[in-house]
Amino acid sequence: MTDALFLDDVTFAWPGRGGFALSCPSFRVGAGESVLLLGASGSGKSTLLSLVCGIVAADRGQVRVGDTDLGSLRPGARDRFRAERIGVIFQQFNLLPYASVADNILLPLRFAPERRRQAGDAQAEARRLVRALGLPPAALHQRAGTLSVGQQQRVAVARALIGRPPLIVADEPTSALDAATQDGFLGLLFDQSAAAGSSLLMVSHDERVAPRFDRVVRIENVVTRQGQAA
Amino acid sequence: MILRLAWASLMARALTVAMTVLAIALSVALFLGVEKVRTGARASFADTISGTDLIVGARSGAVQLLLYSVFRIGNATNNLTWESYQDIAKRPEVDWIVPISLGDSHRQFRVMGTTDEFFDRYKYRGGRALAFDDGHGLDDLYDAVIGADVARTLGYGVGDAIVVSHGLASFTDHADQPFRVAGILAKTGTPVDRTVIVSLEAIEAIHVDWQSGAKIPGHTTPVEAIRTMDLTPTGITAALVGTKSRLQVFNLQRWINQYRAEPLLAILPGVALAELWRIVGVAEQALIAVSAMVVVTALLGMMAMIFASLNERRREMAIWRAMGARPGTILALLVLEAAIMAAVGAVLGMLLLYAGLAVAQPIVDSAFGIWLPLAAPDLRELATLGAVIGAAALASLLPALRAYRMSLADGMMVRT
Repeated sequence: MTDALFLDDVTFAWPGRGGFALSCPSFRVGAGESVLLLGASGSGKSTLLSLVCGIVAADRGQVRVGDTDLGSLRPGARDRFRAERIGVIFQQFNLLPYASVADNILLPLRFAPERRRQAGDAQAEARRLVRALGLPPAALHQRAGTLSVGQQQRVAVARALIGRPPLIVADEPTSALDAATQDGFLGLLFDQSAAAGSSLLMVSHDERVAPRFDRVVRIENVVTRQGQAA
Repeated sequence: MILRLAWASLMARALTVAMTVLAIALSVALFLGVEKVRTGARASFADTISGTDLIVGARSGAVQLLLYSVFRIGNATNNLTWESYQDIAKRPEVDWIVPISLGDSHRQFRVMGTTDEFFDRYKYRGGRALAFDDGHGLDDLYDAVIGADVARTLGYGVGDAIVVSHGLASFTDHADQPFRVAGILAKTGTPVDRTVIVSLEAIEAIHVDWQSGAKIPGHTTPVEAIRTMDLTPTGITAALVGTKSRLQVFNLQRWINQYRAEPLLAILPGVALAELWRIVGVAEQALIAVSAMVVVTALLGMMAMIFASLNERRREMAIWRAMGARPGTILALLVLEAAIMAAVGAVLGMLLLYAGLAVAQPIVDSAFGIWLPLAAPDLRELATLGAVIGAAALASLLPALRAYRMSLADGMMVRT
């Protein structure tokens, strides 16, 4: 079965960022697999995520999401591909605070026609996800900025999952949550990712969340970095 | 959805956006207001006289003759004699001729001596004739017809007595020969509204005991005696002339300008007006340039506001990018926001302008005789609004390009 994500002999250097560069000889996330990438702050996690999401292109090597080598795509096509195939959850300030919850959830579909088709009735799907993630239906019409941090993270999960993208990338989504809320949040994230059939790649510095994942990878085992942290 | 999100983003920064929109609105209102006053003034001047082919006066400048004969601005340097007037009146090209005699005043208003034909021949705003709101024309020697502004300002009605002063800024009154208000003209929006009209004979009558601009001491001819006198004037200030055919205007003008008995000047009102606009054109352009600079300043303020907000919006840009938005979408979003601000500012500016016009219209009309029409925006004004919105979009390109570059450089990491 094709991997959800495969990095092969990848090197990348940020232009004008104090010479920060990383290389990743090999890293994979299997289809339907949940992988925790553990690493301290400044270990290159965010750069790796930028490569995985196709925000930046590798200088050398291959970043493959499903069957597609991101390096073979032009920048515009990479953006479209990201919208179609990858759901992204940030650690905090995840949403457009001025937009409604519904608009936030539906935003990726604006740039991804195939994912929009996959979602079917997008409004109904947004309502379903909101319900499944334990948010009141009325929250759909609230401004995202008025929700609690925990609620906002759940909306971010709904946004990442809508249209069932094959890969969910989460960048320390629990860092702004207290321990009790963290647990509930992760439970919902796992349940819904599994329901959508999506693979989950989550980066974190918090080892306590490790038992929930199929596999835990320490970033220093897959990434070699040079220069200042990024 | 993008439009809705752009609007929501602006609403999230309501205070700074409102200040920017207000600055744009005020600058647009100022720019369009200057243009309205300019075109209103031109239209009012152009509408002041129509159907008159030539204006004849003593030789001076064309603009000066136009200003004092039609607009009651400034004074004639000399009169033309009654004989010359009659010579012109006898010319075969002349269809009608109306003499006017200026020089005296009533309170702050000019007094004009003329004939009954003035009420038939004087036309304004594309051929509209004078009409009476009340009363009638000059039936008696001491009848006066007053303009609408004279009646309103001084509170005069038909039958009221008025005394004409000698000259324009004189303390000497023709108190021995008071006039009676016989008629009040309907509002015209021209200098006629601010004029007291009497007969040519009346001008002669009130100067019977005057010589070289001063009253002869000890002479007071009784009114009854004056009524029996020959009051044919010796000179007039100017004459309005209509020709039988437009083709004959230039012939007649040439004949008058080469008149041997005294130096005369015949002008075409439209040509003299065009000359006047050429003279004031520089000031007009300067005024337009200043108001345009105010618009530019407002747009620069908007640009600075967008620049200032970029840093705090980097996380927002990163979210857009992570959701699949291209850098070009980020650029378009910022340009769209600027266009929305400019559009709202432009519409608000237009509303401010019309509210201001509604308030100022009667005041400006009364004070300056300039009619500022409250008409729907014309194509030129709509084009100006479009240009402001376009300029705002252009001005926003600079910060938008910076956001574009930032979104490329930041990727999914934001370092604020």
